[in-house]
Amino acid sequence: MKQRSYLALEDIAVSFPTRNGPFTALQKVNLSIEKGEFVALIGHSGCGKSTLLNIIAGLVKASRGVVFLDGDVIDSPGPDRAVIFQDHSLLPWLSVEENVRLAVDRTMKKASKAERRDWVMHNLDLVQMAGSAAKRPGELSGGMKQRVGIARAIAMQPRVLLMDEPFGALDALTRASLQDAVMAIQAKLNNTVVMITHDVDEAVLLADRVLMMTNGPAATIGEDLAIKLERPRNRIEAAEMADYNHARHEILQFLHQRYSNPLDKAV
Amino acid sequence: MSTSTARMIETPAGILPESVAVVSAQIIRHPAAPAESAPPPRPRSKLVEKLNAIGATVLPTVFMLVLLLSLWQVACGHEGASLPSPLRVWTESHDVIVHPFKGVTVDGAGLHIQDGGDVGIAGHILTSLKRVAIGYSLSAFAGIALGILIGQSVFAYRALDPLFQVLRTVPPLAWLPISLAIFQQAQPSAIFLIFITAIWPVILNTAAGVQAIPQTYRNVGKVLALNPWQQFTKIILPATVPHMFTGLRIGVGMSWLAIVAAEMVQGGTGIGFFIWDSYNSSLITDTIVALVWIGMVGFTLDRIVGWIGRRVARQA
Repeated sequence: MKQRSYLALEDIAVSFPTRNGPFTALQKVNLSIEKGEFVALIGHSGCGKSTLLNIIAGLVKASRGVVFLDGDVIDSPGPDRAVIFQDHSLLPWLSVEENVRLAVDRTMKKASKAERRDWVMHNLDLVQMAGSAAKRPGELSGGMKQRVGIARAIAMQPRVLLMDEPFGALDALTRASLQDAVMAIQAKLNNTVVMITHDVDEAVLLADRVLMMTNGPAATIGEDLAIKLERPRNRIEAAEMADYNHARHEILQFLHQRYSNPLDKAV
Repeated sequence: MSTSTARMIETPAGILPESVAVVSAQIIRHPAAPAESAPPPRPRSKLVEKLNAIGATVLPTVFMLVLLLSLWQVACGHEGASLPSPLRVWTESHDVIVHPFKGVTVDGAGLHIQDGGDVGIAGHILTSLKRVAIGYSLSAFAGIALGILIGQSVFAYRALDPLFQVLRTVPPLAWLPISLAIFQQAQPSAIFLIFITAIWPVILNTAAGVQAIPQTYRNVGKVLALNPWQQFTKIILPATVPHMFTGLRIGVGMSWLAIVAAEMVQGGTGIGFFIWDSYNSSLITDTIVALVWIGMVGFTLDRIVGWIGRRVARQA
């Protein structure tokens, strides 16, 4: 038997029943991700990126194929695959601390109250939000909310961290500061991460590998590009590097020439 | 322009009429600017400001009230008017107005309302409130439970929603014969009437609240692998609270409407009975006093439920 990767998707396909017969969103998706790898998934809207992420999360069931995580078959959601949602999804009736606490209570059942509390604060500290622990999400800016969303996810100590366009709703400056925060945290924790993004620079800056998705229907992974940039990466220095610009160019070519936005063709 | 008569003074923002400068000095002064350059505006006491704010909201209401009462007095003040004027209400129902607590006593064991008809208007109100408290509590519990059921389950929604939509349009009085037939007695029938009137808005608003829970909140529960009970207490219940209280607030108003209807027909005790009794005794001024009481109590109930709702939504 061949050795499987830490996270392995084998022959995944997803189709939905519609009025005009079954619609195939994803097809023949094969993917191997090693432990500690940071993988970005890029593609046009509607290509099925989120569906793919939700399959790994267990929120969507694949019509065929199997997802293996460290040898286990994945078929339902669980706290070992923490998701950072685009809209942060903090529960507005809980404080920042309670939001993270809810996740910690589910994942550290054996720990004492004090240990859990310390763990919550430690993770809020990692995203520089310890000072706002008592606030409600409604009192925070979008960037701060997403920092808490990140803290909640990493506090769960997941086997895979799934990020669904985590910074898509933020302005460019806030996005940059959160990207830096994610890079700093990743340097410490070395999580296995799958991140969906629309942003080419974000993909190149953060990821070890960029997976480019073809357009739907029956979308699949069209290209798998390794980003060989030294870490720690600095956005200003990286912009001058040949490797960075080469990777950027490859992705842009894929997205805008080989698989340009299906809506552009229609116009 | 009359500004020539205004005294001009020097401010950090330039030379301005005194009246403008006093106001704008608060806004314009930079934190780094020396505070001594102009005398600080005299701090108005918090109490005065609060009283001013209350006055600004209450005065229009008081003004309108006085105006309407005056119009009523003018319209009905003459001999032979079909409706008694406000002054006639005051003189003829003087006892009812000034002795509302006749027959009501309070001791260590609680509140006692004298049996029989000879009770002050507050005694009738209290009797009615007791019925409302029971009927409304029942409808709140049952309504929230049913609302969550049809909000969560598509099958239950399809099975029950059409039924509820039809039943909710039945007026409270139409339930009375059925209620009497089921319970045979006045007290439980009145409570059932309140229950059946108040439950619909609670059910429908709670269900709408459950259906409106964003999918991402549910996904959070799924990713955390919350068990059904935790999913219910940690996500669904708190997310539904605002809608739930909208329903509870409408419900409390409707239960107050129902009690009057029920008691008018059944007789015995309560504010509805009081109105019917005063009408039969041709004491129309008493009826008017009762209307004012009912309105005030209904308004208070609505405000209390609204206040609890805001508190709970903040805590939840």
